[in-house]
Amino acid sequence: MTKTTNEVDDRPRNSVKTRRQLLTLAGEVGGVAAMYQAMTALGFAAESSYSGPINLQDAPKGSSVLILGAGIAGLVAAYELRRAGYEVTVLEYNRRAGGRAWTIRGGDEYTELGGFRQSCEFDEGLYFNPGPWRIPFHHHAILDYAKRFGVALEPFIQVNYNAYVHGRNAFGGKPQRYRHVQADYQGHVAELLAKAANGHQLDAELSREDQDRLLESLRAWGALDRQFRYATNTNSSDRRGYAVDPGGGLMPDAVPSEPLDRNELLRSRLWRAIAAGTEYEFQSTIFQPVGGMDQIAMAVYRQVKDVVRFNAKVTKIDQNDKGVTVTYADASDAGAPPRLATADWCICTIPLSILSQIEVTASQPMRDAIHAVPYAAGFKAGLQFKRKFWEQDEHIYGGISYSDLPINRISYPSTGYGQPGKGVVVGSYVFGPNAFEFSAMAPQERLREVLRQGAQIHPQYPDEFENGISVGWHRVPWSNGCYGLWSEKARDAHYKNLCQIDGRLALAGEHASYLPAWQEGAVLSALDAVQRLHARIKSGN
Amino acid sequence: MRSIQLRLAPALVCAAICLAAARLPSAFADDNVPPEMSYGPRFIQSDGAALYRATCRGCHMPDGEGAKGAGMYPALAGNPQLVTGAYVADVVLHGRNGMPGFGDRMSNDQVAAVVNYVRTNFGNQSTDPLSAADVANMR
Repeated sequence: MTKTTNEVDDRPRNSVKTRRQLLTLAGEVGGVAAMYQAMTALGFAAESSYSGPINLQDAPKGSSVLILGAGIAGLVAAYELRRAGYEVTVLEYNRRAGGRAWTIRGGDEYTELGGFRQSCEFDEGLYFNPGPWRIPFHHHAILDYAKRFGVALEPFIQVNYNAYVHGRNAFGGKPQRYRHVQADYQGHVAELLAKAANGHQLDAELSREDQDRLLESLRAWGALDRQFRYATNTNSSDRRGYAVDPGGGLMPDAVPSEPLDRNELLRSRLWRAIAAGTEYEFQSTIFQPVGGMDQIAMAVYRQVKDVVRFNAKVTKIDQNDKGVTVTYADASDAGAPPRLATADWCICTIPLSILSQIEVTASQPMRDAIHAVPYAAGFKAGLQFKRKFWEQDEHIYGGISYSDLPINRISYPSTGYGQPGKGVVVGSYVFGPNAFEFSAMAPQERLREVLRQGAQIHPQYPDEFENGISVGWHRVPWSNGCYGLWSEKARDAHYKNLCQIDGRLALAGEHASYLPAWQEGAVLSALDAVQRLHARIKSGN
Repeated sequence: MRSIQLRLAPALVCAAICLAAARLPSAFADDNVPPEMSYGPRFIQSDGAALYRATCRGCHMPDGEGAKGAGMYPALAGNPQLVTGAYVADVVLHGRNGMPGFGDRMSNDQVAAVVNYVRTNFGNQSTDPLSAADVANMR
């Protein structure tokens, strides 16, 4: 894959050092912004360094902390500080907790910036996660909260070999099965490399013995025959699937399937889709909470609900040597008089896209940091269909189909397999220019487009579609974007300043982490902030 | 299938567009011209109005009226800061606060086109358009 000089990769980036380590392993990413990856994956996540529950104790009697935001960062901070003995109050703009850990269900209403209102009409039990939808096995902190509060998890099917890979110019626009693309890419590449070895082109690289091992590995990895060819036979069919599957009794004999043409497969660029499940942050086992991503945030919320005030729009954060004073308005009544909340300390988890518009008393370096982070575009659509046609007609159970259309991908529910009735599919999940474009449309126009494009992969769409809902994150009134988009330069200049305790104020949230857009980043930043704050308080400043 | 009632917003008023149900009886009608959408990491549109519709509209809204929520997006309609073309181009290229820059996703021609568009629409009446060369000098 070649990188054009102006390609932009919109995925969240973590620390420069970590990225460099990872990039030596994953040669095709980093500088190379392949189209699928530029608009699909969320970049690399360093292994969480969580080492178990924190046990803060002995808060000074009467000491109080104001927490701004009841997303997962604010909720975790509230929970842990209260456990330590602090008096805690949480101010939240929305009328619910969870922030971007949001699950939309039938009956939910959502009004986006601009006044466009959508009403979710999903059937009972069906849902859509417009924000985070997966939790990697190595996101130890958020998984620990799920465990501690009894939130059931189930596998999220990241890789489904029977899902589709589609390119508008690939194989005449006909979607190909993932298993065909993967097996054939591997098989053809193995055959080529075996030819190179057998043609003595690797003699400078490998000893004869090592070349024999290489050939052995290529035969195994690429399903090559005895002559090191990738061909139509049971070897390749045992990877890619048969034209006629083996049966029972006197059913027809199995018939091997024919691999895709090598050169056409290479030119199609469909191979871009087959790396996604191999990335560390997407490897099995990857989870989702049963019943919706918000279940974890809700479980933490239940621990602290008596101290959470909803409908509070923060307009000013002031501090002096005596304490913190936050001015907040009624989020639904601009005419109501503003109110004040005071405390000894403050943990602010408001996204920087919003915080940069609020008057904050803090050092210049912290304020510069707050203003240094643009927010990335992201878009998702959830579609309810009358029946689970992807299972019934196409035998796709969970997982993701990929496309180079603006919708970028279609994801099938990792739950309720084989059950009769309706199902909700994620009809699009995309970053970059297409995310801006979908966000800029009115909701009905978005759905029209998502359906028109998806129908190129699933012709059943027109007959089976019932209703849908979409979220373009720049239109979300309490987020103004999907996640904080740190550049390397901004990280070097501002990140550490952002994370300092500034007088009586500390920040937390995914933007204050090296795991942008992941809940784990939000949780770890909150844990780190409360520990440092508590240490400072206990030491008497 | 039910039809959708749409109340069209008057030019400078941000009206609530209520959907009784997000159903699309015309989703597959032949007379729908699909919007031009980009293919790849850069915007494909070249006309200023099309670029506005493709991306700026998402935050600054269809009539440049801006928006208010927990935070806000500034209005472009009648915004005195738009008088200074170089300022607008700088913001579009490099971003400002929570707004991302579009310099990596748009060419000099595209940036000039969208900047000139917003400065001559929404009640703005600048008469000194930027050229692509002007934009290039600001990168």
